[in-house]
Amino acid sequence: MQNAFGQPQSVLVLGGTSDIALAVTRRLVNDRTTTVVLAGRDDAALARSAEELRAHGATLVETVLFDAGDLSSAAPTIDAAFAAAGGSIDLVLVAVGLLGDQDKLDDDAQGTASLFSVNLTWPAAALAALRPRLIAQGTGHVAVFSSVAGVRVRRANFTYGSTKAGLDAFTQGYAESLRPSGVLVQIIRPGFVRTKMTEGMAEAPFTTDVDTAADTIVKGLSTKAPVVWSPSILKVVFMAMVHLPSVLWRRLPG
Amino acid sequence: MTLGNQELLSGWGNTAPSTAWVTTPRSADEVVELLRSTKGPLIARGLGRSYGDAAQCAGGTVVSNRSLWHLSPIDPSTGLVTCGAGVSIDELLAVALPAGFFVPVTPGTRQVTVGGAIAADIHGKNHHVEGSFMNHVTSMTIATPVGPITVSAESDPPLFWATGGGMGLTGIVTQATIRLLPVESGYVSVDTERFDDLDSIMEAMYTGDANYRYSVAWVDCMTAGARMGRGVLTRGDHAPLEALSAKQRATPLAAPTGAKLSVPFTAPPGLLNKLSISAFNELWFRKAPTKRDGEIQSVGTFFHPLDGVSNWNRMHGPKGFLQYQFAVPDAHGDVVTRAIEVLSSAKVPSFLAVLKRFGPGDPGPLSFPIEGWTLALDVPLGPPQLPKVLDQLDQMVAEAGGRLYLAKDSRVSAELLRTMYPSLDSLNEVRRLIDPHGVLASDLSRRLELD
Repeated sequence: MQNAFGQPQSVLVLGGTSDIALAVTRRLVNDRTTTVVLAGRDDAALARSAEELRAHGATLVETVLFDAGDLSSAAPTIDAAFAAAGGSIDLVLVAVGLLGDQDKLDDDAQGTASLFSVNLTWPAAALAALRPRLIAQGTGHVAVFSSVAGVRVRRANFTYGSTKAGLDAFTQGYAESLRPSGVLVQIIRPGFVRTKMTEGMAEAPFTTDVDTAADTIVKGLSTKAPVVWSPSILKVVFMAMVHLPSVLWRRLPG
Repeated sequence: MTLGNQELLSGWGNTAPSTAWVTTPRSADEVVELLRSTKGPLIARGLGRSYGDAAQCAGGTVVSNRSLWHLSPIDPSTGLVTCGAGVSIDELLAVALPAGFFVPVTPGTRQVTVGGAIAADIHGKNHHVEGSFMNHVTSMTIATPVGPITVSAESDPPLFWATGGGMGLTGIVTQATIRLLPVESGYVSVDTERFDDLDSIMEAMYTGDANYRYSVAWVDCMTAGARMGRGVLTRGDHAPLEALSAKQRATPLAAPTGAKLSVPFTAPPGLLNKLSISAFNELWFRKAPTKRDGEIQSVGTFFHPLDGVSNWNRMHGPKGFLQYQFAVPDAHGDVVTRAIEVLSSAKVPSFLAVLKRFGPGDPGPLSFPIEGWTLALDVPLGPPQLPKVLDQLDQMVAEAGGRLYLAKDSRVSAELLRTMYPSLDSLNEVRRLIDPHGVLASDLSRRLELD
């Protein structure tokens, strides 16, 4: 059950090795969260994250394995996660995703299809499987990790960016569809964050570290804002960016 | 009986809403049948004046008691009346007062059902003399999953006292017999005194409350420094006929009227803010007499000032607000001052604070009042430091052997709650007997891990 501050007691992380999602979950465990289900692909990494959360005070931490390349696993993964949590989940963080290497993806049909599966199709299917459960629960909160890279795509990472643009749009409609039930669905749009996913890459303007991003996101989760930007200034930055003529947009570094 | 519609429900603070199937049974038999056949989770709901999530049930069933409405004639010699659990204090008073009786315990609003009054074991301005609601219930009928049971404090003390303050977790009360208080008039003779600081208010209450049936202080938490905790103490008793003016004596037992104003829609965010509230507090403080004795006030004015504006909770805007109310034993009265100071220095001062003394508590394992002090605070949601500050207050209250009021709570931790109510296990012993499959549960009971 969430409390008046929207602090959850149980959290499901789809993409249980995401640095940002884990940092957010650690903060939630420091507040009221006692049950966490981490779902992901890497057994050993999930186990390590689970141990860390137990050390922070979570009393029930379970892991569920899935491969986001296997679209038929979306619904069963949701089923397994709910069972592992004891039947109900207050907050679902959808943080499944890979960055991919644009240079390799440019001419790679298989790689492109695969990235779409992992970043967009699987999460959308999982959200669809989640929906009736949230309605039956009568309460719930979903936060989908999109990215500023989806707000306006760049040549440098347009395959990744477009999967995020798709997920972002899907989530907007999904949120509207759940409005009457009182279930809150938020879109998280982080800018460039220093994580293992972006290791070695050139930093963009308004880059933050994981802790700052997690602080901003946890704060956003306690509001009813449909979109949570991290850092929050990016909201205003991108209001301008989306209107920039292409001749200027394509010249931006990164 | 079919279930009604799905509704999004919250408490009076408009926070943490959840969806449930709402049904309104029209008789005690229907309630019994519902409890016999349900798989749960299920909880009763009266007029929804709990501030938090006590009367809502995500994914489950909420049973409205409002059609459990009947009212026996009042026995003039004993003052006993039997009423359906859905009868509100307002409705009861409308019948009792013209007959020369007052409700033995009334909270700050008349919009509370008898069922709700029992579930929260409500208290009023007279707790220090007359205890809480359950002290005036001679018997009640509770619909439970194992059938209906009629109990008194003598016939079944564990079930009786577990139900008082039990937040609906021991069954659904369908009717109760209450002992009313005989009065000569509905007016109250009030002594008002203004104080410049908290210590003097508390001193006056400690030494003088025993002389009055009703006593409560409004405290200003918005001023800082030396003037913090200035306030207005109002104390009184029902006015005898000879104290009334000729005009008042013509209709001494007229029942209080309904709200004259209404807040028709949720106010924009920030309407009630530090500036507007500070201004209000200043006016309220200045308007109060430095000292005035024997003023005759109506029931509405003395007991239920907020009932004058219906849906006043909407003035807090879309974010909602929360109420924080704690009780601490006399030995730790300093927690009252420290709580106000902590909120003030964290820049989340309470908008409205009400201070009262409690007399001894009753045997209810989850009943809130204990002998000492109680402070009720209105806190606006929004400031990011608020959750941690309230956790800090919880710690202070728990360490002082105090507790929070579950009819107002919307965010305490399950762990600390357990510390605050050490007799929780006896509540669950009773629940295991009358609810073996654990169908009775609310958002509050699940949040606080009471199930």
